[in-house]
Amino acid sequence: MENVSSATLHGSGHAAHHGDYLEDPKGLRSWLTTVDHKRIGIMYMWSVIFFMVVGGLLALLLRLELLTPKQTLITAEMYNRVFTLHGAVMVFLVIIPGIPAALGNFALPLLLGAKDVAFPRLNLFSYYLYVTGALMALCTLLLGGVDTGWTFYTPYSTTTGGGVTLMVLAAFVLGFSSIFTGVNFIATVHTLRAPGMGWFEMPLFCWSMYATALIQILATPVLGITLLLLVMERVMGVGIFDPQLGGDPVLFQHFFWFYSHPAVYIMILPAMAVISEVIPTFSKKTIFGYKAIAFSSIAIALLGFLVWAHHMFTAGMSLFAGAIFSFLTFFIAIPSAIKVFNWIATMWRGSISLRAPMIYAISFLLMFTIGGLTGLFLASLATDVHLHDTYFVVAHFHYVMAGSNLVALLAGIHYWWPKMFGRMYNDKLASVGAALVFLGFNATFLPQFVMGSRGMPRRYYNYLPEFQGLHIASTIGSWILASGLFLGLAVLIASLMKPKEQLARNPWGGRTLEWETASPPTTHNFDEPIALRHGPYDYRPVEEIEASEGVTR
Amino acid sequence: MGTQVSNAAAGPERSPFLQSHFTEMVQQFDAAKIGMWLFLVTEVLLFGGLFVGYGIMHASHPEAFKAAHHHLDRTMGALNTIVLLVSSFTMVMAVWSASVNKKKLVVLFLVLTILLAGAFLVVKYFEYSHKFHDGLLPGKFYTHQGDTVPGQFLFFSFYFMMTGLHGIHVLAGMIALTWLLRRALRGDFGAGYYGPVDLVGLYWHLVDMIWIYLFPLMYLIS
Repeated sequence: MENVSSATLHGSGHAAHHGDYLEDPKGLRSWLTTVDHKRIGIMYMWSVIFFMVVGGLLALLLRLELLTPKQTLITAEMYNRVFTLHGAVMVFLVIIPGIPAALGNFALPLLLGAKDVAFPRLNLFSYYLYVTGALMALCTLLLGGVDTGWTFYTPYSTTTGGGVTLMVLAAFVLGFSSIFTGVNFIATVHTLRAPGMGWFEMPLFCWSMYATALIQILATPVLGITLLLLVMERVMGVGIFDPQLGGDPVLFQHFFWFYSHPAVYIMILPAMAVISEVIPTFSKKTIFGYKAIAFSSIAIALLGFLVWAHHMFTAGMSLFAGAIFSFLTFFIAIPSAIKVFNWIATMWRGSISLRAPMIYAISFLLMFTIGGLTGLFLASLATDVHLHDTYFVVAHFHYVMAGSNLVALLAGIHYWWPKMFGRMYNDKLASVGAALVFLGFNATFLPQFVMGSRGMPRRYYNYLPEFQGLHIASTIGSWILASGLFLGLAVLIASLMKPKEQLARNPWGGRTLEWETASPPTTHNFDEPIALRHGPYDYRPVEEIEASEGVTR
Repeated sequence: MGTQVSNAAAGPERSPFLQSHFTEMVQQFDAAKIGMWLFLVTEVLLFGGLFVGYGIMHASHPEAFKAAHHHLDRTMGALNTIVLLVSSFTMVMAVWSASVNKKKLVVLFLVLTILLAGAFLVVKYFEYSHKFHDGLLPGKFYTHQGDTVPGQFLFFSFYFMMTGLHGIHVLAGMIALTWLLRRALRGDFGAGYYGPVDLVGLYWHLVDMIWIYLFPLMYLIS
């Protein structure tokens, strides 16, 4: 075993006694009890990919059902359960843990030049909470499923049968998994940056992860208690959300969105984190407006707490409160737009290479822009009354959650894949996958904007025949999207079948610290002490950097 | 953190309590402290949701809340407040004893804190069993007869949810304190290393503080 691991070492001449983290130590048991952030990240990644396939298959089933205006394949009750499970799986098991827990765990300590996250055992614990929550969510199927939608709105959720209580408890457990990841990341960024790395020398990925962690910590507990109150309402009839007992169902919506709107930024900030790394690397150019991007992450995290009630414009709210929430919602578009402009300015006159991660990143820019701008229609009081609970909303949040977050997750997976496994995938085929994802996604959801603006309500099982053409287009789009995703997955898995090559440390020419260690990294990340010789996005020629005073050693 | 810290950083004399991904004790302690404060923030927000719910329900049913709170025993509540306040003091003394390397005192004060926490739960047990006996229970389990003001079950919904969640936290605190006691008996804690005592102490003060808010909200409404 010693021989195997030392054979894969890249740092020749150095007395490193640690092998490649994937194989040192070996065995399933060593993986299941690991406290190595890289292994935990990899375990999260495969779990997230598994649930993405589950959620995706459910989505394909939904789209297939909607091919005809009446029953196509499944009953209406079944349809309700399938869209609830699709939403719950995708939100709680894929999108929220996706980038922070999978890629963040793998990359954050490497980008900071740390050996691990601050609390490695808590990190493993949070993974097992995730697994527990995931199993609980799947067990609801045995109790007859859940038909409330992933938002669990009262009073329906307190009166309907099935596995609502278990599903809600699953979300509670998953919330704590998310909180512990957040606690870990904040403590890591504060205390484990490489010597000499100030806050403004951190890669922007870390800023965005820090902002994400702030929201995870400040918002998730409120969801936790809301869900517990919902369970109490179901089990004991405590009365808080039940109008018959003197409670207020809209209060549930306020509580729920106080978490779940910031949670939207738990979904988008990590996506922005990945994009901030991918775009400079494949443009070979210093990021434009470092501080603007860093501070806009924090601004998004804080402003995100002040906009929750825009989900309730039609649920009974004073016009004055509505106007304030509408204004604040418009306001949050500013830091998001700042980032988009900065990324585009980074690409301007850069030396752009269109490898698979970059294609995903450019897709992100386009789809995030569409998702963001259509959000403004929903933030406007007058148009929201018309668009609320229509397919326009469905299309809008899919552009932000799937079109932006999932695409950024794929960008990140493709970007760090060679670092994770020491193998390069077939970039041509991966790029075809990325293009199919982009085409398929837009084919699926652009028609839904049109449908929604014409009045097609969301979550309906039957619909008027006039919408059928657009529904067919959307369903065909979902097949293209699925083929792109499965192609991407196949390309990645195929790369693992190849024997391990002596892959270069830095296949993309990135400037952040993870590219200075072996691919895959050794168990303790870096064999030699970190010496910061340049900033994270310093793409000047090496001679120029060495000639400048930036040389520390 | 005293002189042992600098020794640990110097290299060969690495503290046995220093985890491998940290370079010095101060760094490890800082990380743990940040982690604990963040955890306390989440706790405040967790209870915060209940406090907001309580506030809204109280505002919409003031008569029911006022009538219902007369069923609570103020003496018992006040006694428990004193018990927890004193336990916070013994906890502080445990941290102080560790910081000045008085290892026997650490053990003594930890034992006292655990006993006071237990006393709190015993008092709570008597209060709860009295309520159970009278049918003063949350939600649909409320069976108390002869109320003149309707809707009093709402008050008891919150009474049991909030004191119940608090009680779980007291229990968790006792488990953490027992773990500390075991380590203190082994002699782990001294001037060079007492982070865990400090952090459990922070948690314990929060549990205490939440009760300080619960007491007037539940027992002293009028």
